[in-house]
Amino acid sequence: MTKELICIECPKGCALSVDIENCRVVKVSGSECPKGEKYAVSEIEDPKRILTSTVLTQGLSLKMLPVRTDRPIPKSRIFEAMNEIRKIKINKAVNAGDIILENLLGIEINLIVTRDVI
Amino acid sequence: MIERDLVIVGGGPGGMAAAISAYENGIKDILLLERDQYLGGILNQCIHTGFGLNYFKEVLTGPEYADRFIKKVQGIPGIEISLKSFVVHLTKDKVLTYLRPGMVKTVKARCLIMATGCREKTREMVHIAGTRPAGVFSAGLAQKLVNIEGLLPGKEVVIVGSGDIGLIMARRFTLEGAKVKAVIEIQDKTRGLMRNVVQCVTDFDIPLYFKHKILKIFGRDRVEGISVAKVDDEMNKIQGTEFTIDCDTVLISVGLIPENELIEMAGLELDRKTNSPVSKEVNKTSMPGLFVCGNAFKVYDLADSVSKDSESAGRLAAEYLKH
Repeated sequence: MTKELICIECPKGCALSVDIENCRVVKVSGSECPKGEKYAVSEIEDPKRILTSTVLTQGLSLKMLPVRTDRPIPKSRIFEAMNEIRKIKINKAVNAGDIILENLLGIEINLIVTRDVI
Repeated sequence: MIERDLVIVGGGPGGMAAAISAYENGIKDILLLERDQYLGGILNQCIHTGFGLNYFKEVLTGPEYADRFIKKVQGIPGIEISLKSFVVHLTKDKVLTYLRPGMVKTVKARCLIMATGCREKTREMVHIAGTRPAGVFSAGLAQKLVNIEGLLPGKEVVIVGSGDIGLIMARRFTLEGAKVKAVIEIQDKTRGLMRNVVQCVTDFDIPLYFKHKILKIFGRDRVEGISVAKVDDEMNKIQGTEFTIDCDTVLISVGLIPENELIEMAGLELDRKTNSPVSKEVNKTSMPGLFVCGNAFKVYDLADSVSKDSESAGRLAAEYLKH
């Protein structure tokens, strides 16, 4: 089976043609760089995304603090992750890069803040 | 009147990159004016990833990308950062008037870089018929409400235009529990990046209608729905293809225009179609010693490109002051 994908690794958006046998990628063509092949394999076999959102603060200079997962998480668990993120409230100063939630969903992914707040 | 070697208007990606580059090219007296209470400009509300791949060879969110420049600008003693400083007037002699809380200030710039960015096209500019209820927002305004103010402006959303901000907001609204019922694009392809169609629209099974146009917005106090029709190759409505979508919110994502009212006030010529300064070379204008960079010069697809081109404005400013 052949599947057409658009690579999302960079703004170029290469059109990839992916040969699949038994749910496994056997050949990727159309990519202008090695990232395309890696993306195609992940997208077919175990699609993942970096999740970004915001969390509420209390008593700090910004009302909302932007956050992201430190690595891509399975696409199928994005809404579950959002439910966890929605429960968080930050009430002390943090710096961009600080972990505010370890082991999100029990899959060894950390949630980090992406902006300093005092 | 106080005179400064270089004044930069705007503390977003363009202004910060220009300030750093101007300093590195020898200008040691720089005043950076920013109207917000933080540096970073619109990057602060762009909480998604996709920044920095070209400039830093890393994948960053908007705030992280801004943070790298903010730390650098703050570490340079030759750059004075003036926040909450809103420039309201500019003369042909490069005299700026700006407001700070409780005061009006003037400064004369020997050299001036405008990094004022761009603004969104509005509903009025794309001629959508119908009533004028609450619930119609430009996509970037909705982005600010959600990401900075922590408010969700609607629950059932239709996005008009497939610009990048609209696509990004389709995902953002979906993640926050709203239902995005359609993205309507009059052209046969997206105006945004393909990666954003994939990860913001396709990922969440949001219907994307190409070659369709919005006809009317319904609703008395609040948006109640819109009507849509297919268009032909000349973008005219095809009779009999009309349908309606119930929604409480319409986001407009139909493009950006450079913000250049200040240089127009100073007598510079603008291209009426694009609102960019009339110029033969990147960052230059018809006035010597006045440069325009970033999205105020032309609308870029990527913040990375804004940073790169704005560095050249810093170099041009340094060359100008040497003569």
